[in-house]
Amino acid sequence: MTPRRRRLAIIAGIAGAVGVAAALVLNAFSSNLVFFYSPSQVAANEAPAGRTFRLGGLVEAGSLQRDGTRVRFVVTDTLRAVPVRYEGILPDLFKEGKGVVAQGRILQDGVFVAREVLAKHDENYLPPEAGAALKTARRHAATTAATTGAAR
Amino acid sequence: MIPELGQVALLLALAAALVQGTLPLVGAARGRADWMALARPAAQVQALLVAFAFACLASAFVRHDFSLLYVAEHSNTSLPIAYRIAGVWGGHEGSLLLWLALLCGWMLALARFGRALPLPVLARVLAVMGWIAAGFALFMLTTSNPFERVVPAPPNGNDLNPLLQDPGMALHPPLLYMGYVGFSVAFAFAIAALLGGELSTQWMRWMRPWTTAAWSFLTLGIMLGSLWAYSVLGWGGWWFWDPVENASFMPWLAGTALIHSLAVTEKRGAFKSWTLLLAIVAFSLSLLGTFIVRSGVLSSVHAFATDPRRGAFILAFLVVVVGGSLLLYAWRAPRVGLGARFEMVSREAMLLVNNVLFVVAMLSVLLGTLYPLVLDALGLGKISVGPPYFDSVFLPLMAPMLFLLGVGPLARWKRAELPALAHQLRWAAAVALLAMLGAALLAGRITLGAAFGVLTSVWIAASIVVDLLQRLRPHGPVPAAVLFARMRTLPRPLLGMMLAHLGVAAFAFGVGMVRTFEVERDVTMRPGDTVEVAGRTFTLRGLRNVTGSNYDAVQALFDVRRGGAPVALLYPEKRTYRVQGTVTTEAAIARGLTGDLYVSLGEPLALATGQGQDKGQHAWTVRVYSKPFVAWIWGGCVLMALGGALAASGRRYRAKQPRVAAIDAPIDAPIVAAGAPAATLPATTVAYPAEVGA
Repeated sequence: MTPRRRRLAIIAGIAGAVGVAAALVLNAFSSNLVFFYSPSQVAANEAPAGRTFRLGGLVEAGSLQRDGTRVRFVVTDTLRAVPVRYEGILPDLFKEGKGVVAQGRILQDGVFVAREVLAKHDENYLPPEAGAALKTARRHAATTAATTGAAR
Repeated sequence: MIPELGQVALLLALAAALVQGTLPLVGAARGRADWMALARPAAQVQALLVAFAFACLASAFVRHDFSLLYVAEHSNTSLPIAYRIAGVWGGHEGSLLLWLALLCGWMLALARFGRALPLPVLARVLAVMGWIAAGFALFMLTTSNPFERVVPAPPNGNDLNPLLQDPGMALHPPLLYMGYVGFSVAFAFAIAALLGGELSTQWMRWMRPWTTAAWSFLTLGIMLGSLWAYSVLGWGGWWFWDPVENASFMPWLAGTALIHSLAVTEKRGAFKSWTLLLAIVAFSLSLLGTFIVRSGVLSSVHAFATDPRRGAFILAFLVVVVGGSLLLYAWRAPRVGLGARFEMVSREAMLLVNNVLFVVAMLSVLLGTLYPLVLDALGLGKISVGPPYFDSVFLPLMAPMLFLLGVGPLARWKRAELPALAHQLRWAAAVALLAMLGAALLAGRITLGAAFGVLTSVWIAASIVVDLLQRLRPHGPVPAAVLFARMRTLPRPLLGMMLAHLGVAAFAFGVGMVRTFEVERDVTMRPGDTVEVAGRTFTLRGLRNVTGSNYDAVQALFDVRRGGAPVALLYPEKRTYRVQGTVTTEAAIARGLTGDLYVSLGEPLALATGQGQDKGQHAWTVRVYSKPFVAWIWGGCVLMALGGALAASGRRYRAKQPRVAAIDAPIDAPIVAAGAPAATLPATTVAYPAEVGA
């Protein structure tokens, strides 16, 4: 092979390898994106059925029920609430009335089955997703109140 | 008074950094030796000032000076002395000071050991580092001053984040930062080379040990972070693909590509521009890591900053450094040249594949880490990219890498023959296959992951043995004594490489084993209950209250037996730190070479079961895990770091020093015996035939 052809072959080889890798990466990427939904969005059937997503909000006070490692609680954004079922050990900072993000799927009966519950970091910390869900709900409540007020 | 002195020292350090960043650079451009010579004293003065500022902050921690806002936020009178010192870098401001102090440490080392460098080179390199130091000093003084007072001073502090009160966590930031900041040396060399427009193999010889040392520190830093997550977070995982972890992993991937590409450039003069680009990328990713972790974009135990000005400053700094250096690269790289040619089957080609794979891996981590952040910043929705993405991308990328790792070191530079390689490695391949079959028979079951782990690790280890034997006895068998004697003549960089690759083998083995054979059981237990995991019986003997200096805890006693014979006693704790009221889980781990037994307490349950009325009789949820060979993962990392350290200490990198040191000996060099060069040089030439001749 001449140096020129050799160089071409090397470049073609690298381009091919990078192409394959890119295809692999993008395919894995698109099938592993996990979207976030608030309880209001779940109530409005915006969340995909049968696909993993994240649900965030506050753990409703008084909703926690334990049976050994089987746990039930309710996640709320103050407007709507979604019942959650989880099997396993909850993180140290999981508390009623505090922020939580759960990852899992929603079943036909409207119960969210969490495979992972995230409530990390510190006492006063609200996971950003949970915070966003609450803010949207508050804004929504405000606009609804305003429009109903105007209608009257 | 002392904090004010620290503040003044920081201001003066900024001034020194600016002098260090400008005059030597101008001197190098105009050929003025006196201006260039300023670089070293400026660096030394700056290092002294920063060290003084650091000592001031440390003394405020030790003395419980809560009139300093930073101390009040991160310490407490009940905090043990070791964590008061570690508390200096337990928050945002102090960790920046640590960063700057470590940068000064690297500059000092360069000023000390870099005397063999030509003056313009040293001047430019130190000047670039001076600019980086100036950027960080400015950042601290404008947005994150650790010496800010609070009036009135609170009577007691808010305590250090309990999760950080762990020996591993106290050491993790300094080691990680040593790595991050160490890449600034490679970066400064690259920028200096671009500014000067020349890049000889001699340059690479200077750059290599520094980069390898930085890489070793980074490896250890990441390892400690992983070990901390495993033992302190209480979930028993060792890597979560968390954005914060990825932020440190990306510079590591780029740095690994860099140390391999440097080898090619030094030995063969190839990949010149590519090596420079990698040096820029590795340091840029270190800065990006700091930005992601420190700016408050991510919420985690690491994200201290919530002040938007800080994020804006880091972002601007990042744009200037990355954008500026890439522009400089685009403008000047063609002058540096591509370098020597090579055949398609050669060590160069294999290292090229290594580089392509590492860079693709780095980019895929970058995509998975930044995409959610960008989407969120643009208001397009909140998403996250889970571990399955990273897992499914990494395995296919690393599989060819691990295979080539066995072949590459045996391939000749410039041109290698495939049949000869296959002939050399036939035993290694056979041993690896046999080991895989043996492991499958022994364990009774095997998965793709475990088979892959055993196959690749034995393959790598066996090929290292083949390589070693070929170098030690090229002409057939020799007595063992001769082998050992020859072993001592092998160059350290070569031995370092073998050791690091052996670390990769151990790592791959550990990952394959733990992913396949780990057993995780979450159970509910009352005192007296037993649970069986991986052939061991875990009995909860009882619970009691214990008190630490700044926490109260419930401690459980687990008795672990195997077939009636005692294996271990484990004392997991659930701690409540008094000041912040934070609850943490202290896992109890019986560590071993063949696996860890891991128990951590979940939460108490008030079960209405009659017998458990008093406090000690509560039922608890408990994690009982068996993690076979998990220690190999961290052991592998330690081997990699040791290999790096061994390689960086290579005599070849110091071979030039005696001659140059002898020249400026009258000024300030320590005494170098006149005979030293003559004594070292023959030894060096003897040590290398295996490599140079290949």
